[in-house]
Amino acid sequence: MVGILGEILITLGVVTLLFVAWQLWIGDVIYGAERAAQAEQQSEIWQEEYEEQVQATPQATETPTPAPADSTADPVILAQPADAQIFGIMWIPRLGPDYHVNIAGGVTRARTLDPIGIGHYPGTQMPGEMGNFAVAAHRTTWGKPFNRIAEIHVGDAIVVETPDGWYTYRFRSLEYVRPSAVEVILPVPQEVGVSANDRYLTMTSCSPMYSLAERIVGYSAFESFTPRSAGAPASLTGGVA
Amino acid sequence: MYAGLWRLLPGPWWLRVLLLVILAAAVLYGLFFHVFPWVSATFLPQEVTVE
Repeated sequence: MVGILGEILITLGVVTLLFVAWQLWIGDVIYGAERAAQAEQQSEIWQEEYEEQVQATPQATETPTPAPADSTADPVILAQPADAQIFGIMWIPRLGPDYHVNIAGGVTRARTLDPIGIGHYPGTQMPGEMGNFAVAAHRTTWGKPFNRIAEIHVGDAIVVETPDGWYTYRFRSLEYVRPSAVEVILPVPQEVGVSANDRYLTMTSCSPMYSLAERIVGYSAFESFTPRSAGAPASLTGGVA
Repeated sequence: MYAGLWRLLPGPWWLRVLLLVILAAAVLYGLFFHVFPWVSATFLPQEVTVE
């Protein structure tokens, strides 16, 4: 009887240690690989859809030459996504050529942050739109998309891919705020009552890691939009300095 | 408990070891992909948004 009790206690201890290992390491390996695979697949689907569309359009076949690789255009502005609807992929070359995570509508853990990756604050602007494209993601656990947010250098490209093309933002600064600092997702971050004067990208995550005490906020400014017809922009393919 | 499990398993010792490995793999799969995510989502607060 005592032997059985001992075995049960040992088993519970092992399971607890396994949970810690999962929470800190194994889970991130599993979800990180899943996130990257999902985003890669999504990117391929959009490219295939685009190529099918080009083939189906007669006038496009008459001018098959793609525009120069560095050509930019007025950004296409997507409509606000539905909750948990994937509309974009974030690429951060600084964090590796295989850093790509899906972006979906909403910032709830249950529907977007845990199962998909990066969530878009409902009501904030969309990529390329005048104002603030504000997103959130885990910094630890669940594949931790924003784990290395503090390692991004000033001027690094943060590229948001959508079905229409690539929106290049340039990283500008980090800030640490209280969780109540909703001003960071205003059209002009931290400027109450000021109407949009530029196109920003705001990323929020937890700080310090594993803590609820503060939030880390990363700001980027819009640089250019590259339509899908022009191919992936140099900001994405050119590597990092 | 584990001695009872060992007696319950059929076949020679190598088959029992094989079955135990498969059993352990199944248990780990259940923990890693179902139990732990549920525990983490349900009991461990994680706040990444401003509100």
